[in-house]
Amino acid sequence: MPDTATAPAPTGSTPGARVPALEVSGLAVELGGRDVLHDVSFRVHAGELVGVLGPNGAGKTTLLRSLLALVRPASGTVSVLGRPASRSRAAVGYVPQRHEFAWDFPISVERAVMSGRVRRVGWFRQPGVADWRAVHEAVDRVEMSHLATRPVGELSGGQRQRVLVARALALQPAVLLLDEPFTGLDVPTQELLTDLFSSLAAEGKAVVMTTHDLVAAMHACHRLLLVNRTVVADARPDELTAVDAWQTTFGVRDSSPLLTSVGAR
Amino acid sequence: MLTPLDFLTDLANPDLRFLPKALLIAVMSSIVCGVIGCHVVLRGMAFIGDAVAHAVFPGLAVSFVLGGSLVLGGAIAGVATALLVAVFSQNRRLKEDSVIGIFFAAAFALGIVIISRAPGYAGSLQQFLFGSITGVPDSDVVLVGVGGAVLLLVAFALHKEFVAVGVDRETARSLGLPVFWLDIALYVMVTLAVVLSVQTIGNILVLALLIVPAATARLLTDRLAVMMLLAPVVGAVSALVGLYLSWSLDLPVGGTIVLVATAVFLTVWVSAPRHGLVSRALARRGLRSRRRVAAQECRPEPVPQRA
Repeated sequence: MPDTATAPAPTGSTPGARVPALEVSGLAVELGGRDVLHDVSFRVHAGELVGVLGPNGAGKTTLLRSLLALVRPASGTVSVLGRPASRSRAAVGYVPQRHEFAWDFPISVERAVMSGRVRRVGWFRQPGVADWRAVHEAVDRVEMSHLATRPVGELSGGQRQRVLVARALALQPAVLLLDEPFTGLDVPTQELLTDLFSSLAAEGKAVVMTTHDLVAAMHACHRLLLVNRTVVADARPDELTAVDAWQTTFGVRDSSPLLTSVGAR
Repeated sequence: MLTPLDFLTDLANPDLRFLPKALLIAVMSSIVCGVIGCHVVLRGMAFIGDAVAHAVFPGLAVSFVLGGSLVLGGAIAGVATALLVAVFSQNRRLKEDSVIGIFFAAAFALGIVIISRAPGYAGSLQQFLFGSITGVPDSDVVLVGVGGAVLLLVAFALHKEFVAVGVDRETARSLGLPVFWLDIALYVMVTLAVVLSVQTIGNILVLALLIVPAATARLLTDRLAVMMLLAPVVGAVSALVGLYLSWSLDLPVGGTIVLVATAVFLTVWVSAPRHGLVSRALARRGLRSRRRVAAQECRPEPVPQRA
């Protein structure tokens, strides 16, 4: 979908001073004739950890799929480091929900992580030294080195989530997109992952995650996008004290404990 | 019953030239099916394997009526059906298994109608359905050998892509892999593996050659590379033993090979080192007795009784 107005980025793709890692402008998406997203615009810079919050059916998954260039927008553009998303796939690491991965597949942690580099390795080629180095760095980064040769089927939920993060990191991406990384995990594991995402952002990655865990997102994220068909609010957590934005997004009553939990009253 | 030595003598007997040919074809096709079958088992594609096996039938029937190459006819019909399934599955209102159900039944029905028009069809129908070791032309041995080698080569060349799609389709798509075309490639490879094996094993039983060795291998290992080596070994040994039993006891060859493979599967299912029935039971008991020991160790020393 080369319907972008963005000028081609200077070669070398250095994340030059203010080119946002991720820029969405005027995005609208229709699925099966139904309007799922409209007028979505936001930017994410390197080093930011951004939470995308919204009720079920708000279009969070569709938004992620648009950022991955997996759905064709009805209008608007998505650019990564100034280039169209469909032509900068290697710059975006995707961490899907855990159930997307076939955990009964007979594959070791490091091989699973290597599967994230399949395009970088290239057709009809075997992984080389550089590929294995990237894989081991990624596995190390999520503190799974001691389990590198373990079959993925034997891992716990938190370990599985870390494998998926390592697989995304194996591409050394500028942008990391995470879909509901905390679902089904206990609190200590969630905290461990939150620390990991924060430090990845601190290392200069642009990290975007969808989540249902409002309280955790309020604490961990630098910025929150409240999404329901469009971006209802885009602000730092401590600025999101207006009851309106939360009510519009989640469609809850005045007395909802949700509002209390996020400190909106 | 023949001893294995008699079997070797028969294999070398120039009057029984069809026998070593049949053995060669059975072993080669079970090796190919073993490797391709690993993907079929891991992706839960058994139903499409079944569909393709049946879909091959009208092609075989047309080739039989026209006197053409059975392998070629079967391949064309199977690939055509696999493509139809892949294309029709893109419609989200229909689930893939329904599409498969429609096309393979239709293809099989077409095959039956075509072959009923051919003179003396009852005998040939049986041969198609249940396999036969006689009447395999030399050219087919070459075809199976070369075709099988090409299939294994392609499976090796596309291995990491098939794995990436097999573990996580959505992420594979996001990485920019052409998932649809890789699916088509795998469907076509399954079809060709089926076509190569259909002569000896028969149309109905060929699915077993695809599934049983790979499923057996899965029980024995948690490593894909090892699984892809073990599956063809299980297949080839089953083919060898099955053909020997079939020859010496005068049993239908396809059925015997499949029963041998099934016996291997059941044996492994009971006794596999980690995933077998017995070792699982032992592991459970081991855990329990270890717990008991631990519980005893925790218990305070019995107070010495004074007399």
